[in-house]
Amino acid sequence: MTEIIHDIGRPRAAPGLGLAGDAHVGLLRQVLNILTRSPLATVGASILLAWSLLALLAPWVSPYPPNRIDVALVADPYPSAAHWLGVDHLGRDILSRLIWGARTVLTVAPIAVLGAVVLGVFLGLVSGYRGGFIDAVIMRIGDTLLAFPKIILYLIIIAKFGASAFNIIAVITLSSAPIIARIVRGVTLDVKNRDYVAAARMRGESALFIMFVEILPNARGPLIVDFFLRLGYTTIAIGVLGFLGVGLPPPDPDWGGMVKEAYGMIFVWPHMTIIPALAISSLVIGANFLATGLREASLDG
Amino acid sequence: MLRYSAKQLLNMALTLFAVSFLVFALNELSPGDVARKILGPYASESQVDHLTVQMGLDRPAIVRYFEYMGKALTGDFGDSIVFRMPVADLMFDRLGNTLLLAAISFAVIVPLSVVLGVLAGMRERGWFDRTISVFSSMCASIPEFAMGVFLLGIFVVWLGWLPGTSPLRSDSGWAIWMQFVLPVLVVTFYDAGYLIAMVRSSMVEVMRQPYIRTALLKGMSFNRVVSRHALRNALITPFTVILLQLNYLVSGLVVVETLFAYPGFGRMMLEAALAKDIAVIEAGTLIAVSVTMLTQLFGDLGYMALDPRIRV
Repeated sequence: MTEIIHDIGRPRAAPGLGLAGDAHVGLLRQVLNILTRSPLATVGASILLAWSLLALLAPWVSPYPPNRIDVALVADPYPSAAHWLGVDHLGRDILSRLIWGARTVLTVAPIAVLGAVVLGVFLGLVSGYRGGFIDAVIMRIGDTLLAFPKIILYLIIIAKFGASAFNIIAVITLSSAPIIARIVRGVTLDVKNRDYVAAARMRGESALFIMFVEILPNARGPLIVDFFLRLGYTTIAIGVLGFLGVGLPPPDPDWGGMVKEAYGMIFVWPHMTIIPALAISSLVIGANFLATGLREASLDG
Repeated sequence: MLRYSAKQLLNMALTLFAVSFLVFALNELSPGDVARKILGPYASESQVDHLTVQMGLDRPAIVRYFEYMGKALTGDFGDSIVFRMPVADLMFDRLGNTLLLAAISFAVIVPLSVVLGVLAGMRERGWFDRTISVFSSMCASIPEFAMGVFLLGIFVVWLGWLPGTSPLRSDSGWAIWMQFVLPVLVVTFYDAGYLIAMVRSSMVEVMRQPYIRTALLKGMSFNRVVSRHALRNALITPFTVILLQLNYLVSGLVVVETLFAYPGFGRMMLEAALAKDIAVIEAGTLIAVSVTMLTQLFGDLGYMALDPRIRV
């Protein structure tokens, strides 16, 4: 029954993104097609691309070192010609901190999501294909993990093992994998009795080959949409952890942490809080627009 | 249905058992911490040992686990180290505050998202649908703390209309009801964004069904088709999702509570986690997980009641 909840709004089209209608059109081609057709996806992709470029080129485009403190600048911290977005309460250049912060979040979030996808895909395939006892055990463990409200799971683990990039990635991987496993398991159950799977079995292909080569491509569309949605939510999660003070340890810039540090000074210097809040919102909006655009396009197919 | 409920309740008890054991085990990975934490860094080793024995922490973990569970079943969750009071009292207090905030938010979010979602979904890709879709997608994309910062900047710093903190005390210079406005707004934006999208996509799905087309083709008016045929079916799926928001509203409020210094359950869990106050973490986790599973059960039962095609 709970599956229903996770199915809502997920694309029905099984192979590819179901857009071109022609199975031979490559995935990249399909993605490009969608981008040119859906304005929402184009806007989303552009935002993501812009932040990725800034993050990638951080050492060259960032005007100042992100952690350089210059207390003299706090006398007039507002945006100026020398500091486009102003400086924070320690006189650090906000633009530079945003750019370097983009690097952090755009490294941690995709790695965490990819980790969840790899783990979830594997568990979902095994669970759906093997069925029986293994299926029951995997789903049971997944249900237990999902029974924890996410934020509480984060708090418990981070309280216990401390805040570090690795722990944040581990927590997000663990808490997202069960949902991805469910998506993949659903697709697997749907196709595992089709003729071409039977044919592969008859040819004597290994279970691993059947799972990854014959079955997995069917889940490609839902997984791609899910990836970008999850990228957005993971960015929020990392920001929330930073804001709550259990995120990546200072002094390296982290958008959520920047909001937290300056939050108490919002009455005096609102820009120090509002600018990083805008940055994180724009990145999540980018990811969600792209996911929505891809989903709409795949439903059209 | 009765058998199903009984089975689910048994399932729930097992999961709760597993969860309590997990949290307890996690805590055991670094024994001896508790006495040291209470006495502080300057206590001598013998004092720490003495307290450890006094608190019974020198006995095997498994014995203490069952002792804890036995007491927990009678409502005794031990004492909080940070808040210096029995965990049960603290929980009761904080949970009450959070439920109040959750109830108000729920009462705003549900009608709002059902109305907007249905209106958007009934004419797919119309201008209203487009606007609402982009709006809800943006709302769901802006993290609560960012939305909180924006609203605070506008209504507190710039306009000065509302209080920036919500400690729920009348001596803060602002009426209690005004202290609820910003927290409820922040929760509403974030959560309604998600719910509107849910209701909309369910409505779109229903409007594409053949029976809707048939009803329209035989000359029934559009409004009548929507209200008589589409509405009920379109609201079945979101019903469960709406109920599941209760989880979010109980434990997910930690950000809003932190933003506005609201004395709720989530902030208590955050403070407990930062201070490694295990008694509070354990009890709070059990409560949060129970809430999740109970809403899931109610969701399933309600779903069955709404949609007679579904049998378990």
